Amino acid sequence: MKIALRNVANVIRSKNAGPFELTLDILLKEKEMFDKIKAADIINKKTIAALYRVAEEDVISIVYFPNAKAIKATIVRPLASGALGERDVYGAQQHAPLMDFVFEL
Amino acid sequence: MKEYKILSPSGIVGYGFPEESFAAGVALKPDLIACDGGSTDPGPYYLGSGIPFTNATAVKRDLRLMLKAARELQIPLVIGTAGGCGADVHVAREVGIIHEIAKEEKLSFKMAVISAEFEKPALLEHLRAGRIEKLGPAPVVTEKDITDSTHIVAQMGIEPIMAALDDGAEVVICGRCYDPAAFAAPAIRAGYDKALSLHLGKILECATICATPGSASDCMMGYLGEDYFEVEPLSPGRKCTPTSVSAHTLYEKTDPYILPGPGGHLNLLNCTFEAVSDRRVRVTGSRFVPETVPTVKLEGAREAGYRTVSICGNRDPLFIAQIDTIVENVKKRTAANLSANFPFELDFIIYGKNGVMGALEPAPQITSHEIGIVIDAVADTAEHSAAVCSVARSTLLHYGYEGRIATAGNVAFPFSPSDIKVGAIYTFSVYALLRHKNPLSLFPITYEEVKA
Repeated sequence: MKIALRNVANVIRSKNAGPFELTLDILLKEKEMFDKIKAADIINKKTIAALYRVAEEDVISIVYFPNAKAIKATIVRPLASGALGERDVYGAQQHAPLMDFVFEL
Repeated sequence: MKEYKILSPSGIVGYGFPEESFAAGVALKPDLIACDGGSTDPGPYYLGSGIPFTNATAVKRDLRLMLKAARELQIPLVIGTAGGCGADVHVAREVGIIHEIAKEEKLSFKMAVISAEFEKPALLEHLRAGRIEKLGPAPVVTEKDITDSTHIVAQMGIEPIMAALDDGAEVVICGRCYDPAAFAAPAIRAGYDKALSLHLGKILECATICATPGSASDCMMGYLGEDYFEVEPLSPGRKCTPTSVSAHTLYEKTDPYILPGPGGHLNLLNCTFEAVSDRRVRVTGSRFVPETVPTVKLEGAREAGYRTVSICGNRDPLFIAQIDTIVENVKKRTAANLSANFPFELDFIIYGKNGVMGALEPAPQITSHEIGIVIDAVADTAEHSAAVCSVARSTLLHYGYEGRIATAGNVAFPFSPSDIKVGAIYTFSVYALLRHKNPLSLFPITYEEVKA
């Protein structure tokens, strides 16, 4: 079954974690879906690297956080917050690739 | 053990809060009022330039309410990261505001002001002694990074705040401060658990962001017990739920389980979040794991030239289809005109294409009927950046691209003047850890008897 991430999540957001890292949060609506996604390893370093077109080693971490039915991925910012050529000082508008993410369960 | 009550009025001093929520908090007779004053989120400009990102009038409004309540209740008021970035110049702005309020409201108290700014020679000595460590993906700090910086601060932990309270300070104004420390230090000093105090501080520093609906501009109350803490928003329109509070643990962090700070990290792997009522949440199980040699986080910024920008738009399908080539050619023409004289950076931000995500944008092509363009010109002087912006803007306006039909002008300017002089800009230059056996010694405290 094809599932659009935005249909099963309450929150999909991006934000700086300090000026050199960008962190992506997905808060799922249902614990059952969280468990399924976790068991099937849907969100991993490879997925995030592909969605954001960055090298896998630039994906710093993927953490599944059952307390909040949440998945967190953190990547190296291509440019530090506020650096020349940088586009999003707060990093708060880098979530769209996740919103458009469709996966198979 | 009696509960220790902490009132957190707002996410940042100057972001505001409703007076009714604050009054409800004061009525609960808190043991402490604490508020965070800063963040690196607004970017390097504010630390580098020394200009606070919070507005003085808004800060004064917030501080007046906090100061009056704290003096009335005879409890400490602790302000973390004063003036937005916590360098001495930012702290001085906040101290000036405190003086004004004290005079206007006829308040007298002992105030401690804690500096978090480094003199460059001292920091160079730490660098040469190998005490500065790389932090995550941030670049390794060099001597040049230090000497080029305009301001370098360190995030203080709980020690200097506790020392100031030990010396009888009733109001503590901190330079750059680990956000939870302003809340945790007085509680830890009063005998409460370090891990729980810091974890509570981590939640309270964002005020009601952990509630639902969330906000950085409303008051939150924290209650510390012997082996738990609880949070409850003060506005009846908000509530804390186990999901809203645990989800907040994720916010702006790399890892929600391991939260590093000065002197060690919080380990939240065994934390539980449970509902006490439909709007109050109890947290247990937080642990603190100390470092063998304590570290503090350093933040510095340096000037990166002068900026002039021009904002314009285009509504021509032929132009939009060729935007990449046009930008490339305008860059070349501008360089040919000016680059013999001085070095510069010229960037075109194209909204509708990849203006928001830049290199991370996955969408392959423009689908919009119009695009927004920001010409970004950075050079070594204000005059040079204005010259680059001016030449790039006029070249773009009249550039004769392939197959052009609309020959009067290629872009629409919403404003006259079309070019905006931003002035000096800054970039983060130091972001690293400093290892130090005695972190208290890094943050000098000065005391003052403020008289009405």
